[in-house]
Amino acid sequence: MLLGLASAAIVVTVLMCVLSGPQLIAALSRERARAARLLLARGREGRRELDYDPGRERRAELRAGALLRSCVNEEEWAMYRDLGFLRVWGDGSRYAYLIYPHKPILAYRPHSGTLLSEYCVAFPDHSRPYGSARLPDSDDVLAKWLALTADEHRVIADANMHLPGRQVDPERVRRDLLRLARWESEWVRAA
Amino acid sequence: MKLLRMKPGHGEIVLAEGDVEIAEQERELIEAFRRELDAGMWAAVPTERTDGRREAELVKSFAEVPRDAERVIFFPRAAGGSPPAAR
Repeated sequence: MLLGLASAAIVVTVLMCVLSGPQLIAALSRERARAARLLLARGREGRRELDYDPGRERRAELRAGALLRSCVNEEEWAMYRDLGFLRVWGDGSRYAYLIYPHKPILAYRPHSGTLLSEYCVAFPDHSRPYGSARLPDSDDVLAKWLALTADEHRVIADANMHLPGRQVDPERVRRDLLRLARWESEWVRAA
Repeated sequence: MKLLRMKPGHGEIVLAEGDVEIAEQERELIEAFRRELDAGMWAAVPTERTDGRREAELVKSFAEVPRDAERVIFFPRAAGGSPPAAR
């Protein structure tokens, strides 16, 4: 009985292999060809992606933070370190901007806290040295700071303007403005 | 003077470094400066006002860079962006 069942199982297995063999071989060939095409298309970028370095972004951010710190003043650096954004005064002091990493620049009125606009602006590096066009967070903040303090009108003209709330939650901004006010009081007290 | 460039996945890199008062080094600085501008970069010189406020100056040629500037920072030119909403 057992011998009969074993024999039947072997026969069934052999039959399945014979019937599905060509399909299996074809599927394997297709997969190999797809992988080869992918590597060919990626070229150097493909090799770079294979050289994955989990610490790269962290080291990049540390360097970018050091560069930002060397450009802005002590108060601005402390603000970014403690709050995660920078405030840049506009022309005069009637309005100001909040700079967040990889988010739109937000214009607001400091005296009333009224949000004015979101200016969507990016600094993509199309050479994509490690497969991404995105600068480290602190470099993105520094690029916005450099551009705004050097030529505010040009940056604003290049940006896409939207009403507040399109990308950044207005409630979050209001909370951040309250945090900024508290932070400034403490900064002045400590100075 | 140092010419620095922001780089994704790396932070800044030093493109060139030299003394603008030495002709050979100044020539190398100018060549590196032009290469970056030709690649579409913006160039900024961080400055400090007499009241202590920090700001920057965008320059379009090496001649516009103050002779005593310690560094010029190159970064990708601004483009109007509108990534997907993320809160």
